[in-house]
Amino acid sequence: MSLLRRLAPQILTLAAVVALVTLFFPDFLRITMADGRLVGPVMDVLKRGAPVALLAVGMTLVIATRGIDLSVGTVMAITGAVAAWAITHGLGLPAALGLALLAGAAAGLWNGCLVAVVGIQPIVATLILMTSGRGIAQLITEGRILTFSDPGLAFFGSGEILGIPVPALLWLVTGIGVTLLMRRTALGMLIEAVGVNRAASSLAGVNATVLLVAVYVASGLCAALAGIVATADIRGADANNAGLWLELDAILAVVIGGNSLLGGRFSIAASLIGALIIQTIDTGIVLAGFPSEYNLIIKAGLVLVILVLQSPNLGSTWHALRAAADRRREPAPARSAKETGR
Amino acid sequence: MNPRLYPLAATIAIFLLAWFVCWTQFPFMLSTRVVGNLLTDNAYLGIVAVGMTVVILSGGIDLSVGSVIAFSGVFIAVVLRDTPLHPLIVFALLLMITTAFGGFMGWLIHKLAMPPFIVTLAGMFLARGAAYMLTIDSVPIEHAFYDLLDDAYWVMPGKGRLRLIGIIMLLTVAAGMVVAHKTRFGASVFALGGGEATARLMGVRVGATTVGIYAFSGAMAGLAGIVFSIYTGSGYPLANVGTELTAIAAVVIGGTLLSGGAGFVFGTLIGVLTMGLIQTYIVFDGTLSSWWTKIVIGLLLLVFILLQKALVRLSTGRALARA
Repeated sequence: MSLLRRLAPQILTLAAVVALVTLFFPDFLRITMADGRLVGPVMDVLKRGAPVALLAVGMTLVIATRGIDLSVGTVMAITGAVAAWAITHGLGLPAALGLALLAGAAAGLWNGCLVAVVGIQPIVATLILMTSGRGIAQLITEGRILTFSDPGLAFFGSGEILGIPVPALLWLVTGIGVTLLMRRTALGMLIEAVGVNRAASSLAGVNATVLLVAVYVASGLCAALAGIVATADIRGADANNAGLWLELDAILAVVIGGNSLLGGRFSIAASLIGALIIQTIDTGIVLAGFPSEYNLIIKAGLVLVILVLQSPNLGSTWHALRAAADRRREPAPARSAKETGR
Repeated sequence: MNPRLYPLAATIAIFLLAWFVCWTQFPFMLSTRVVGNLLTDNAYLGIVAVGMTVVILSGGIDLSVGSVIAFSGVFIAVVLRDTPLHPLIVFALLLMITTAFGGFMGWLIHKLAMPPFIVTLAGMFLARGAAYMLTIDSVPIEHAFYDLLDDAYWVMPGKGRLRLIGIIMLLTVAAGMVVAHKTRFGASVFALGGGEATARLMGVRVGATTVGIYAFSGAMAGLAGIVFSIYTGSGYPLANVGTELTAIAAVVIGGTLLSGGAGFVFGTLIGVLTMGLIQTYIVFDGTLSSWWTKIVIGLLLLVFILLQKALVRLSTGRALARA
């Protein structure tokens, strides 16, 4: 119940966006079976939204610790390049996936160490990898778009299981897995503690340093998955354009999900809905037949509306109003005693 | 020496050292031709970085500048193509638009108490989208006045050409130094970077200052757009993707703390020139691929941040010892 209440604004926003898109493109919600797979705009949203949704899972954890990870788009380019490199050099699918995940974890470890051990601000620490990472990816692909034809790797981009696209399954499983890991253990609470006050959580016995590093490694692993999906989708590693600006979309997804950039509380489900909202806007604008020049303007406008509605100032006014209404309805005993005393 | 000057001194020292290393390999590096080109090629970056410095000094960030530069170029090109207006009038119009745009973002940041990161991110989409709406093609600028601007240069001793846009950049840096370090507005910016609550207690008008900061950054981005359009002679909506991050990197390499409250506009100029120098070195070398630029700039960023960290720790440690 409390989960539903937490997610209500995001679900309502998603419903509103879907309704808006359906208004312009009536067939938006239609799903049909073709060749044993489900097809339709909704499935397309679930599939195309995979990279941002995967990134949003890791980004949510990072932002919950009051951090930010600007490097995820670049890490996607690196891990995609590593996977394509391994496949084209005949190392086989397991090695390609393993190496890509390893590269993602290494990138996360680098970021995490800079933030937690050296003590650099997260935005600066991850900016370093963001600027230099594309150079590293180009180093791996030697400046070309590294193409491959391995059907096993391509399966992660365009395959399907039980009619559902693999990328969609991948982010669903990752999201549920990480949520269970966070909420069925104390991990989520510990991460929130670090986000509220790192020094205090350390004094309370939380190993904040290890936790912070782990969070950035998780973000790197999510970026690796996203990189594999993006590379598999186009059957090629494009060091220049893979994951370009996706870090900003991922951060946007987390913010639209109602998570504060100041950390302390997080909901992975809300971030995933945020990612779906962004993808629905993107797909909807195309489907509704607007000229592509208008995409960014419409997106910026919708994002601004959503953010204004969720702004802390509006929120606090709203809470103050509701608190006042609650107080009028049923005065707390202590307060009423004081009032009668007066 | 004042501990506040350490990062600036380190920046200048590393720049001179880098130039010395370049000079030992390619003696031509010291010629006024290379210097002139360095200033011309990085003019737009230097200008936009001045605005970014003020934003970062206040503890904020402006992700919209790259898109604003692209919008500016497209706006100038399209208006000059479709109307008989004189370029100077177009420039004035454009600067009003970008300044108002920046100011509006500052107003949103203050009024809605939202992180600058997110507001300017939306601004980035908006400006890029506006550029797309004007045109999706590259539009050449053909105007007699532009030829005049392009031909305006001063031949330095050694036949190096100091072009008009390079001079504009140097003047902008000088103006930025005055604004940041000598005016009441600048003092408010530094105070805000030190901490909003403290600044408020000191009597800084936080709202007006925030609007002013982002309006200034918008104006600088507009000016950078004008310079960029003179530099390329065209407007292209896909131009300058990622310039905001290059500008932030230049500011950080220039010795300004990204957490706000400490730094120098002059350092930013050195940061821009350092990055330009890396590029020039790679061009001179001829065997290094362009991706090494990105890697080297990333490493430089790391070195500077670590250096700053050490210096800050050193100076606060000393202050504690004195107390």
